[in-house]
Amino acid sequence: MSEMNGMSDTTIISDTEIPEPVAITAELIAEHGLSDDEYKHLLEIIGREPSSTELGIFSVMWSEHCSYKSSRYHLKKLPVDGPQVIQGPGENAGVVDLGDGQAAIFKMESHNHPSYIEPFQGAATGVGGIMRDVFTMGARPVANLNALRFGAPDHPKTSHLVNGVVAGIAAYGNCMGVPTVGGETNFDKRYDQNILVNAMCIGLADTDKIFYSAAKGVGLPVVYVGSKTGRDGIHGATMASAEFDEQTDEKRPTVQVGDPFAEKLLLEACLELMSSDAIIAIQDMGAAGLTSSSVEMADKGGVGFTMNLDHVPQRETGMTAYEMMLSESQERMLMVLKPGSEASAKAIFDKWDLDFAVVGKTTDTGRLIVHHNGVVEANLPVATLADSAPEYQRPFVKTPKPDLVAPTEVPATDNVLATLKTLMSGPHLCSRRWIYEQYDHMVMGDTVQRPGGDAAVVRVHGTNKGLAAATDVTPRYCYADPYEGGKQAVVETWRNLTAVGASPLAITNCLNFGNPTREEIMGQFVGCLEGMGDACRALDYPIVSGNVSLYNETNGIGIPPTPAIGGIGLIDDISTQATVALQNEGDVLIVIGETTGHVGQSLYQELQSGDFNGAPPAVDLELERRHGDLVRSLIVEGRLQAVHDTSDGGLLVAVAEMCLAGKIGVQLDDISGIVPAGSFWFGEDQARYVISVEPSDSEALLADFVNKGIPAYQIGIVSGKEISIDGHGSLPLEQLSAESEAYLPNLLA
Amino acid sequence: MRSSVIVFPASNCDRDASVALEKITGSKPSMIWHAESSVPETDLIVLPGGFSFGDYLRSGAMAAQSPIMKDVIAKAKAGVPVLGICNGFQVLVESELLPGALMRNRDIKFLCKDVQLKVERNDTIFTSKYDQGEIITIPIAHHDGNYFASDETLKELEGEGRVAFRYVDMDGAATSEANPNGSLNNIAGIYNKDMKVLGLMPHPERLISQELGGTDGLGLFESLVEALA
Repeated sequence: MSEMNGMSDTTIISDTEIPEPVAITAELIAEHGLSDDEYKHLLEIIGREPSSTELGIFSVMWSEHCSYKSSRYHLKKLPVDGPQVIQGPGENAGVVDLGDGQAAIFKMESHNHPSYIEPFQGAATGVGGIMRDVFTMGARPVANLNALRFGAPDHPKTSHLVNGVVAGIAAYGNCMGVPTVGGETNFDKRYDQNILVNAMCIGLADTDKIFYSAAKGVGLPVVYVGSKTGRDGIHGATMASAEFDEQTDEKRPTVQVGDPFAEKLLLEACLELMSSDAIIAIQDMGAAGLTSSSVEMADKGGVGFTMNLDHVPQRETGMTAYEMMLSESQERMLMVLKPGSEASAKAIFDKWDLDFAVVGKTTDTGRLIVHHNGVVEANLPVATLADSAPEYQRPFVKTPKPDLVAPTEVPATDNVLATLKTLMSGPHLCSRRWIYEQYDHMVMGDTVQRPGGDAAVVRVHGTNKGLAAATDVTPRYCYADPYEGGKQAVVETWRNLTAVGASPLAITNCLNFGNPTREEIMGQFVGCLEGMGDACRALDYPIVSGNVSLYNETNGIGIPPTPAIGGIGLIDDISTQATVALQNEGDVLIVIGETTGHVGQSLYQELQSGDFNGAPPAVDLELERRHGDLVRSLIVEGRLQAVHDTSDGGLLVAVAEMCLAGKIGVQLDDISGIVPAGSFWFGEDQARYVISVEPSDSEALLADFVNKGIPAYQIGIVSGKEISIDGHGSLPLEQLSAESEAYLPNLLA
Repeated sequence: MRSSVIVFPASNCDRDASVALEKITGSKPSMIWHAESSVPETDLIVLPGGFSFGDYLRSGAMAAQSPIMKDVIAKAKAGVPVLGICNGFQVLVESELLPGALMRNRDIKFLCKDVQLKVERNDTIFTSKYDQGEIITIPIAHHDGNYFASDETLKELEGEGRVAFRYVDMDGAATSEANPNGSLNNIAGIYNKDMKVLGLMPHPERLISQELGGTDGLGLFESLVEALA
């Protein structure tokens, strides 16, 4: 056993030895992303000049990415509790109760900066990282989703970036054998220089087998498992906390390289070890690698860590302590084991051909002490390191409320169905098949609702229950009115889950914003969070995990505020689930909710007037809840043939998507009344669903809606192979389908 | 009926295959780790889908060198039926139990979708429950499914009736549009000479219940039960 014990006495040297003096120049401090004030604070904490390794450790722990220094104050105001919540924010991922002794463990995380620099590896390692966050807690990943934003379709880099990101997500998720079941993709010129790649993973675990990161206990072995450490990704967390400029391409060496094969082995090895009782604490090495995993585990356990980096498995020779502590090499985990379990644990990792090394032990000193080559390279107080990151209440200005745009203020279309075709064969609404067919969305044999609907549904393995998931945000709404946009992002996921018949449980999020030191950007952040918080409270739909990605700016131009939301919900019996596909000739189409022709910030407005402006649709949370709860109960009762929420593109786009999914047409009545037809059919009023019902049930349902005070209107009949509107002609489905399917393959070939 | 599923590092459809086999044969298959030296006595060996060894070399090339493969090859030669699905087909080709090669898809992209297959013959242990010439819907999910073989081998396969499944359109025509990956002669799966080893790129284990979108995969497993149970 001695060869496994990394902390043999001969390698321990005095814990009080002063680190080798290194010239800490102002330039070096600036390179580490620390402000003058932050460096002064550091000096006060440790009472001496830091070693270069210590400077590196502080720099990553205090980076925006790890410390949430600009956002923490506001994040604290979000609702994170509920009877369904087993673990809220603060662990590797959030945990919600699914009943029957099972839990869903899930989180979404950004990998924006690396994906812009090297799209394939950036996206791949984003997927790898989020899956580690989930299986480090004891869950087997069962579904991946993503939320992607790219620049203008005709920007010279867009095709390269989309191809690389999609291939990277596919390469990692497909090899892992975890289905990528859903997501969303937007194109907007404001992402030209800063694409967003947000990856979400959901796992399943038994509630009595959930693993946490608190390293409680002294004298316990600290064990490193997984891939070897190389020089890749050093300063990744710091890079993710700065703006881009002309020298961005020079940052390519800081992007990590993914090895999904190693991660698949790591997943199986970890789950195998987790079936025993050997693990006391476990944390994946993500951003800031060994530094943040060791500090967080020690801090949560209230202990110190002494580590000897001589025992860290290394891929390259001559690595320094600084490099090892800051490396972001992928597919690695840090664990604290029960003493005496090292041999049986090592046998599992040997079977899977993975490195296993005891690199340290927990102590009662409360200090992180790092040895390397007989020298103490760092000796820092754990609690202070974890808690002393600056917290800023950055000044902000709220986004002024924009004016409402009347339905008549948009140049009206003279051909509603031609407009429909134009919208659905363009970047915002065209078929996403080119993307999701590159993802294995069926592996694991439980995908009961494939990509393309409102929400993806995977069966809870071995049961009749279903886990529904969707990702959403409408950045143009958030830009125009952060508060309403923040609400809408949360509500749209809730509606999408509702539309398949799921009871929404909780959300995760990726808060992607520009530079928080600019007051208007901080105003967007604060506004979006207020809206999200209000929506979550009104819908009993708490936030259990997430991450913040700031500084998505290039040369001072920021992205639109993009708080991507990932929601999950539970279906008690998948035989009751609803889909968007229209079913039978003669079924009656009904829209629930009021259609006023809200054109501000709509895709129709952009098409007709060349730009988005005015106020986005207001979100009435009380209405959302009433309409959604009703739709869900009708789905569970089996009274609805098809259901779709209306969002981008409005009512007619929702109907057309239902037709394409069901390969069956509709005859619509013109009920636009005094509202111009284009504004009526393409306005983006919220709290609406389109449902189709059996003709024999339609009168009873409509009467029931009246009794309940729910606005509902019959809009047409399912019929034929075209979309026709009374007085507006018709559009063959085959033609609409061909054009909708052609856009992405043509753009990205 | 006893079945055995070989598990390579980064096999990832081993559980799916096991679920399908248990559902249809009524008994759990043995899961055999690739480092073992022999497969226990069994009526059927399944090489599942996945990314064995990451497929960083040619797909299936590393797995073909795994210790267990010596016994799989010996048992196949002795007449034990072997079913290779997706990565399993690639392993069968790399271990020369089946001829030809599986190259990168024509469009150089991973592709996951339902496709139509024509059952070329229904007199084998894998296909007896299908109709002759039946068109079935089965999903594919692969990056390297573009079947290639020399003219001579192709002639032999076709001449001996060893093409098991072909990619076709809804009307049963083996068109270029219906061919998802560029495979020669639209080949989706082939048999060895004694018709006991089948390799195919599509995943029959993925469509075995209505909730998953169809049941056309059932026939293959039910045929095996009929022949081997």
